[in-house]
Amino acid sequence: MSVTQSASRRVSAYEVVHASREFRGLRRHFGSFVVPAIGVFLGWYFLYVICAAFAPNFMKTPLFGDVNVGMCFGILQFVLTFIVTVTYLRWGRRKFDVQATRLRTRLEQGRRR
Amino acid sequence: MKTHDFLASGTVGDPAVNITIFAFFVIVTLIIVVTASGANRSTSDYYAGGRNFKGWQNGIAIGGDYLSAASFLGIGGLIALYGYDGFLYSIGFLVGWLLVLLLIAGPLRNTGRYTTADVFDLRLRNTRVRGAAAVSTLTISFFYLLAQMAGAGSLVSLLLGVSGGAGQFIVIVVVGIAMLIYVLVGGMKGTTWVQMIKAGILGVGTVVLTVWVMTECGFNFSNLLAHAAATSPSGKAVLGPGLLYGGGLSAHFNFVSLAMALVLGTAGLPHLIMRLYTVPDATEARRSVVWTVWLVGVFYLCTLVLGFGAMWLVGNKAILTAPGGSDSAVPLLAYHLGGTLLMGLVAAVAFATILAVVAGLTITASASFAHDVYAGILRGGDADPRDEVRVARTTAVVIGLVAVVVGFLARKIDVAFLVSLAFAIAASANLPSILYSLFWRRFTARGALWSIYGGLISSVGLIIFSPVVSGSASAASPSLITDPHVNFAFFPLSNPGIVTIPLAFFLGWLGSVTDPLPPEDARFARVQVRALTGVGAERGARG
Repeated sequence: MSVTQSASRRVSAYEVVHASREFRGLRRHFGSFVVPAIGVFLGWYFLYVICAAFAPNFMKTPLFGDVNVGMCFGILQFVLTFIVTVTYLRWGRRKFDVQATRLRTRLEQGRRR
Repeated sequence: MKTHDFLASGTVGDPAVNITIFAFFVIVTLIIVVTASGANRSTSDYYAGGRNFKGWQNGIAIGGDYLSAASFLGIGGLIALYGYDGFLYSIGFLVGWLLVLLLIAGPLRNTGRYTTADVFDLRLRNTRVRGAAAVSTLTISFFYLLAQMAGAGSLVSLLLGVSGGAGQFIVIVVVGIAMLIYVLVGGMKGTTWVQMIKAGILGVGTVVLTVWVMTECGFNFSNLLAHAAATSPSGKAVLGPGLLYGGGLSAHFNFVSLAMALVLGTAGLPHLIMRLYTVPDATEARRSVVWTVWLVGVFYLCTLVLGFGAMWLVGNKAILTAPGGSDSAVPLLAYHLGGTLLMGLVAAVAFATILAVVAGLTITASASFAHDVYAGILRGGDADPRDEVRVARTTAVVIGLVAVVVGFLARKIDVAFLVSLAFAIAASANLPSILYSLFWRRFTARGALWSIYGGLISSVGLIIFSPVVSGSASAASPSLITDPHVNFAFFPLSNPGIVTIPLAFFLGWLGSVTDPLPPEDARFARVQVRALTGVGAERGARG
């Protein structure tokens, strides 16, 4: 068997997998977590940026002592980052990885056959 | 009012102490590099450290690679002088990691081998795209390197009291030589160990300083802010936005532009992407990024305390008049709190930071040249791995020389700001093509070329015609060309991201949909299946 033959067969095998219901399910699963998560953190971040640029007086509103809205808003950026990270880690470990590994194992066994 | 003896003498602390502590760090790390690195003969050893680092080790090393002099010296200094507006850097530098975590870490680890160009190659199989990716990697690394070496320059002025040329040049040369030994002897494995050690001492140093500052204000953050505002000539204005990016619409847009570059740039930085390949698989790559998020997050929270602490305890005037300017705020804070010894420790941490980041950048740039240009293009993907490593080592030496020279020339520019330019270029030239390659079926080679070169040329071009290079008379951010009569700045923003990032996304789309060649569905299928499942990925020996 020549190299080009095996290469072209492998590519078409990828296409078969790519069109399969299981892979499309995996991709949808990936998107259904990642897209909203990105929307939330980028939205939250740019809301902060726009407030800082165009609503400085709102940001300067004191909350307690000398800590104002802007400072809390800034620190909440850190909090959301940590929350998204932990949620993603859990989602990956409990759901996505299981599905992805199952598909990978099947592909690798299929290729060896 | 506290008296600061350095105002009279021009030096802070004891240069001998500073040098001794730094020399100790260099010697210890060199010993570790030599013992840990092994033979380094194969490309996988030299570029990826044998792909055998654990997720947490690599996570700490990524933190070490990421927390540059810009973060430690630059952001602390910006907050110390301008208060709240400096905080944006901390936030943007952290939040950007989520993009890496969610979209980049796993998929890129699964589809590449060593460099950013690998994923383009798998997706588009086009040598011109590989060349474009190498050009953008080298440009981004150059700007980042410039920032680090500039930081080394200002640190030297502060610690050794030399603002004259010769002394600074010698220290920059020493930094260059130590860095080259790490890279040439240690390869990626040795460099990774240096990053980990550096991240460790940087983390400990930062936390110690932070706790110390908090002790001074009775662990009451509001008190710290009150004290800082009372010391600052701007008063309570430092607690809110507007001091650095206030005044006029273009300043506001400059702020938004900077914010975009920071949050989207991290995911396009080639030296961080390359670090993803030092672990066995995508799961470990993701795990590394999680470790990085924690490390970087805690660090940037601390910069807030350090910055306001320096504003309060060191004071605006002392920072501005110190040799090294705003970058000297944190070392001066250390001097105020713990005297000569703590100052020496912090200075050594800062030097170590620069050294480690420069090493990481050099290995990335040399890998890009050897793997993408030499092996991928000149040898048509068929180079002897030993030759490839030899080319990489030679390139590293050249980069070391360039770094020393440009670092010397750029030593007066504000460091955090220089890094933000590298982020803008990374977000424009790299990120769109990476995302399109992984997730958009119709992406073609022409789209990639338009997007990479379009993003690269537009961002570098707009920087050249911005107040960064000419025409700014402001004391806070002077131009490279200080002569006010030379003014060719027609682009009003000092950060080009707000224009160039959308432009690069648009060009990638336009180039692809107007491409006469059809999109390669088979390659897209392969990239997606590999990216999401990890089938066919380059594994580590123990993976």
